[in-house]
Amino acid sequence: MGTVSRHDHPLVDCRGLTKVYPLSGVEVHALRGVDLRVERGEMVAVMGPSGSGKSTLMHIIGCMDTQTGGSYLLDGVDVSNVPEKELAAIRNKKLGFVFQRYNLLPRATALYNVELPLFYAGVTGSAAEEKARAALEQVGILHLADHLPNQMSGGQQQRVAIARAVVNDPLLILADEPTGALDTASSAEVMGVFQKMHEERGVTVIIITHEPHIAEFCRRKVTLRDGRIISDQPVANSASAGEEALQCRSKSAS
Amino acid sequence: MSVKIGVLSDFAFRALKANKMRSILTMLGIIIGVAAVILMMSIGQGAQQQVMSRINRLGTNMLTIFPGAAGQFVRSGSVNTLTLDDVEAVHRLPGVQVAAPTVRSSQLVTCGNKTWTTSITGTTPEIVDISSLTLERGRFFGRSEVNGAATVAVIGQTVYTNLYTPGVNPVGTEIRIRGEAYRVIGLLQTVGASSGGSDQDDVVYIPVTTVQLRLLGTTDRSINMMQVQVAGQDQMESVQDAITSLLRKRHRLNDSQEDDFTIRNMAQLQSEAKNITGILTLFLAGVAAISLIVGGIGVMNIMLVSVTERTREIGVRMAIGASRQDILNQFLLEAVLLSLSGSFIGIIVGIAGSKIFSAFSGWSTVISFTSILIAVGFALLVGIFFGYYPARQAARLRPAEALSYE
Repeated sequence: MGTVSRHDHPLVDCRGLTKVYPLSGVEVHALRGVDLRVERGEMVAVMGPSGSGKSTLMHIIGCMDTQTGGSYLLDGVDVSNVPEKELAAIRNKKLGFVFQRYNLLPRATALYNVELPLFYAGVTGSAAEEKARAALEQVGILHLADHLPNQMSGGQQQRVAIARAVVNDPLLILADEPTGALDTASSAEVMGVFQKMHEERGVTVIIITHEPHIAEFCRRKVTLRDGRIISDQPVANSASAGEEALQCRSKSAS
Repeated sequence: MSVKIGVLSDFAFRALKANKMRSILTMLGIIIGVAAVILMMSIGQGAQQQVMSRINRLGTNMLTIFPGAAGQFVRSGSVNTLTLDDVEAVHRLPGVQVAAPTVRSSQLVTCGNKTWTTSITGTTPEIVDISSLTLERGRFFGRSEVNGAATVAVIGQTVYTNLYTPGVNPVGTEIRIRGEAYRVIGLLQTVGASSGGSDQDDVVYIPVTTVQLRLLGTTDRSINMMQVQVAGQDQMESVQDAITSLLRKRHRLNDSQEDDFTIRNMAQLQSEAKNITGILTLFLAGVAAISLIVGGIGVMNIMLVSVTERTREIGVRMAIGASRQDILNQFLLEAVLLSLSGSFIGIIVGIAGSKIFSAFSGWSTVISFTSILIAVGFALLVGIFFGYYPARQAARLRPAEALSYE
């Protein structure tokens, strides 16, 4: 069970966030005032149809974009005033990203892909390899360390991506539609890995998804529509992804 | 938290390896450019070396004095302002090692039933030092034979082969010049062609007085040319000035009159030749450098394509912690790596090309360390210059947009 730590400030603290994109002369309001606080150790699903602003929200939380209005504090720090170089360091050390299409380097082995954030942190050589192997072991695919992405299934590639996200021991994992390209069984397996990370390492997880089914694996469900939060509620009796994955596999086997 | 250069070069190397064909084709532009610079400079420097060695063979501490004013078209023999007495006077100047006169006359020479038209050169024994003559047989004529206008001759190899059957010792035999008998007292060793291309072995040396008396029939002691060997390189200027004022005084020229003689300074000639061949080398290298710039544009083109293609990768790298500087460095390094590996292959191709060129054309080529340094340095500059813009484009991408790039 993830423990909510007793810090005096939330890990993610969004107040009245707005984001306006100028798109060929027309202003597109992606976010229209979002208030969201996520404490350490939470596992949150951000739901909403496409165009609801959930990716924009993730980019702002992930320090890859800046808001037009409102304020955003990450771990108590207003990142809108942080210079670019330090922002890169924050993304490297405090955050871990998982994308819908895995986004692994295609001609590099699983091990190298997982080592990449360590290289940017200045860790190289056997120290990097050791940490990367440990991360691969945690997501259960250490035996695929020397495989290239195109030699792996979608679920396996996404696990490599998760290993890459956690290798620097981040405070927060941000996953953008991590199961969007996977079948049900692989989805459940990947969600199982997130649950494991959350429970065993106590890492905070925010998962963006439009599948209600995936949100059931989380502890809290935030729903966005047209740039606003329309509901924010805990998930009662969240499902165990591990069990469901087993069920899926046995069904397809029979 | 900047990424180490070793890790960055690994990133760059992997990217280049991922697109082998493209990398090789891009490199080809740099290879050709570097090879062209090295080849062209080797040809230019080869030409320079050849010209220099020919001038050196003539002697760089040599002054040559002709009758007649500088730049004036002088028909041989029409100006007789320079005389044997001038030579004597110049010889006595401090700093002058030796001075020798030359009087030339083209004559028909016969020996037995063979005839040969050659240049009869009237001179004094000092010419042996000045022209670095060596004798194969016999001896050169001496001072007393000059004073006595003796009918003795020293012949060159070309004259020998045209007048004698091979193996015959010419020393002690007689040849006839303009019907008069001359005793051959020496045979010169082969000298070879001069810098002007004329055959320096096609010559008969006889005492200068004999030419004037018997061949030209003059009594004014005028000569065609005076060659002066100066004691040291550093004295060239002062000796030239001393000769000028001496000859002006002897020829009774007042201040308003121009010199009635011309002094050619071999050291000056050498530095001028060096300048001219240096400009030639620079010009050749410049033309070759254009191809290197074209190669650089190829690098820029490919790097721009690469940045566009890898927009998502750049977004991912930024998401996992790459700073803009890291991205810039990585792409810059890719361009530099392309240029550097291209230039290393270019060096090999350039050196091979220069050897092949020299083997086929017979020109001598010189590969200098400087030319390699210049070529590689320039290729590196081209890589940085043309790699910087695409790398900056990559670094300027906004991570969120780069990630959602299709």
